[in-house]
Amino acid sequence: MEKFLVELLNLIAIGAILCFPLFKTKGKGILAVSVITIQVIIASVVAISVFNNGLIEFYYRGSWVTGEIPIRIDYLSAWFVLIISFTFATGAWYGIRYMMAYKSQSGNLASHAAAYLLAYTALVDICLVQNGLVFLILWEVMALSSFVLVIFEHYKIRTLKAGINFLIQSHVSILFLTIAIMMAKVNTGTFDFTAISSSTYTQPAAIAVGLFIFFFCGFAIKAGFVPFHTWLPLAHPAAPAHVSGVMSGVIIKIGIYGILRMVLLIKCDMVFIGYFILFISVMTGVYGVMLAIVQHNLKRLLAYHSIENIGIIGIGIGLGCLGIGYNNPLLVASGFGGGLLHVLNHSLFKSLLFYVSGNVYQATHNLEIDTLGGLIRKMPHSGYLFLIASLAICGLPPFNGFVSEFFIYNGLFNGLISNNFLFILFILFAILGLVLIGGLALICFTKAFGVVFLGNPRSSRPLAPVNESFIKAAPLYLIALFILIIGVFPVLFGPMLIKTVCLFLPGSGTQATFELSNTLQSLTAIGWYSLGFIGLTALLYFIRKLVTAKRSQASDVTWGCGYTGSAEKTQYTASSFVRTYRKLAEPVLMIKRKKNEAAGLYPDRISQATHPYDKIEYWLIDKPLLFIRSFLKRFTFLQNGHIQAYILYGFVFVGLTILLPVIVEKIIELVNFLNQL
Amino acid sequence: MVSVILIIFASIFFVGIVTRTKSIASGRKGPGIMQNMKDIIRLLKKGSVYSKTTSFIFQIAPTVYLASVLMAILMLPHGVHPGVISFSGDFVMFAYLLALGKFLIIVSALDTGSSFEGMGASREALFAMLAEPAFFILMGSFALFTGHTSFSSIFNALDFGSYISYMLGGLATFVLVMIAMIENSRMPFDDPKTHLELTMIHEVMVLDNSGFDLGVITFTTNLKFAMYGAIISNFFIGALPLILSIPLFMLIQFCFAVTVGVIESFIARYRMSHNPEFIFILTSLSLLIFFGVLLILGKFM
Repeated sequence: MEKFLVELLNLIAIGAILCFPLFKTKGKGILAVSVITIQVIIASVVAISVFNNGLIEFYYRGSWVTGEIPIRIDYLSAWFVLIISFTFATGAWYGIRYMMAYKSQSGNLASHAAAYLLAYTALVDICLVQNGLVFLILWEVMALSSFVLVIFEHYKIRTLKAGINFLIQSHVSILFLTIAIMMAKVNTGTFDFTAISSSTYTQPAAIAVGLFIFFFCGFAIKAGFVPFHTWLPLAHPAAPAHVSGVMSGVIIKIGIYGILRMVLLIKCDMVFIGYFILFISVMTGVYGVMLAIVQHNLKRLLAYHSIENIGIIGIGIGLGCLGIGYNNPLLVASGFGGGLLHVLNHSLFKSLLFYVSGNVYQATHNLEIDTLGGLIRKMPHSGYLFLIASLAICGLPPFNGFVSEFFIYNGLFNGLISNNFLFILFILFAILGLVLIGGLALICFTKAFGVVFLGNPRSSRPLAPVNESFIKAAPLYLIALFILIIGVFPVLFGPMLIKTVCLFLPGSGTQATFELSNTLQSLTAIGWYSLGFIGLTALLYFIRKLVTAKRSQASDVTWGCGYTGSAEKTQYTASSFVRTYRKLAEPVLMIKRKKNEAAGLYPDRISQATHPYDKIEYWLIDKPLLFIRSFLKRFTFLQNGHIQAYILYGFVFVGLTILLPVIVEKIIELVNFLNQL
Repeated sequence: MVSVILIIFASIFFVGIVTRTKSIASGRKGPGIMQNMKDIIRLLKKGSVYSKTTSFIFQIAPTVYLASVLMAILMLPHGVHPGVISFSGDFVMFAYLLALGKFLIIVSALDTGSSFEGMGASREALFAMLAEPAFFILMGSFALFTGHTSFSSIFNALDFGSYISYMLGGLATFVLVMIAMIENSRMPFDDPKTHLELTMIHEVMVLDNSGFDLGVITFTTNLKFAMYGAIISNFFIGALPLILSIPLFMLIQFCFAVTVGVIESFIARYRMSHNPEFIFILTSLSLLIFFGVLLILGKFM
């Protein structure tokens, strides 16, 4: 049954893409959305049946190249399939409305829709397939189709540049994965993933750890761990809003899926792996949010926040690995539980934030935070939704972000009670990191929400006519509803989470399940208290309403210290809001500043501009590239434009290829001869 | 439940005592202890003026602020009597609830589109962020010390056996007093009585609030003071019976209020640009507590 459904899922996508030429632009859109919807339903049925009936496993014969292709759908796959499906569904429903603005570009839209379908299908398949080679092929399909998704507005040079950057970095990731899978294949003789786990049992620890590191690097580029994150802040602003939402929500999470899969498969020294992941994750989280705050572009800000959230998820995973290594079921439960839940949570609020920023873009054609303002009166629905998502991403109760962060905190504070000094230090480091991330996220989102939606407009650019309605925003409200439900009734997702986390518990003894249910109990408590908090707030607000109903109420201009002129220009801007922070964080950040100060008797226009740049990108990507380029420049004489020379190169190449073995043989002979002397 | 009642009771007098201390220290006659409460009641009775720029955020923020602090107070224990809400890891929720209230107050300051209020909002956000690690490491140290992870079980298991632990208690009290000063935007981090908006933090954020909302915000500040006083008192109450612990609680709150008054009278406000450095000191102090705990427990390698 499930085999049939999985085949159907793939066939529908291929069939739909083949049918595209038959439809007109509108028809293509409707077809794409309905196909995605059907696929999502099928995928969810499969995933839920996995949660009900346990592991599903079947095999395809495959060819002599790939070997047997095993399809294994365990709880981890099912968890990710569900998350991916939900976000892709809301993305499609939101996207069709977003894309109406581009309806004249028929061909472009068709390839976009096809790429969307392909990306979804490939992502789901990646979660199911457990054959190295097929996995790589699917990964490539996913990378290429998301490249097509990103460069929708390819007529803009910046979009194209960002897209090519994305394409290159995706392939660096594939390079790592290819090496890792080749290593595994050489060691085991088969592409089947289960072989990895049996072979790493027997081999020396260093090889297993090396294999893990290779896999980790490959997946980390996709997920956006620092220092592999540099493609994210470029690609997200370039892509259309629903694609950014989907990309940030789930496509980067496939990297997390990969890491988790490898944690399950590779049997090696989990203590080392745990410290490694924990350290990188804390760095990722803090660095991501530190850069997010100083960004001027709303979508770029959100992109850096994705890096931060990947860091939080990573802290969970690292903690879980340490739990496996030190045989502490509580850590495993709260680490992996928190991490997995945060994957879900982040996919919800981040996609919502990107969709809303898409609304902002369509209304203002501008995402520079400093020029926006007062949008909540023009776009109240977007305003509410952005507020909810901001509160959730800051990890504040009663929303879902708090639940997963609490899960991780719980593990950290319980982990603190240990006897291992090194371990305590790392946990302290992680707590500090997580607290800083929380505080910085608060600055970042008070800035983003406060400046974009509140106050008065900060520029005189006209707004495009906006007609928001509840119906149009329905997919977004659906996400918001889930954000609240997870925040208040985390226990609804408990059974699925327990089953998934139990995969990681070695032996899954009674102690482990006991710790899990314990943690979940305190989550239930949090849910109830969150609900109580909502009730308390509502009660207080009701009292306030009652009391103030009889009081006089007037409205007037904002107090301006006696200044009664137009206050739009004197408002606090985003840059001034984060100025104190910027000064403080200057050593870590890299901010290019352009200042034109008043000088002389008749001063010119004064101005100041700051361009935040990424220090890691500068030292890790730009500098080496410059070096390589200057080195390669020395060989430009080879490319001299003379056909004769090029033909000569060809001859030299062919000649070398033929002669090389002969030359090598001669050299070996010579060496042997010399040795005999 | 005991602690909630006690905290609300203490909050009524708290700021009055601070003001009284300040006027005695500066040799003025000064207002009576109840003046602050009278002001609040007067504000609650007044009508209000809303800026035309503001949206619903401005209307709900003070209520959420009050609710978040009340909810946080519900978590605090009093000696052996646990708070109304008590679960493993409750101090995480405590801090995050306070952060929620802060988020809305900051956003509501930005809602007015004023040229001043953003300034306070920006500082409040930054200083709150900087003070947060100190609180978490402090709680982490005590979690490590006692082996428990909720307010009430930590305070119940707290046992000041040796001299070093008294030192830790003293340091913790200092850190908490300072956190309270930052959270409530008092001297030496912020001067609520200054006449210049450029140098304020909290007061400048609520410039446009009036009437009932302003009263709510002012009372919430009082509550916050008493809340931190309650945490401090818990370091010393231990397992005393109620008949002793309640007077001790009141005494500690009184001492705390007098200390606040004395600090405000005799310490000049720090330079705004140097505030982050002072706040970092708190984090390093709590790290000191942390390593002190490790020393006591013999886990230091």
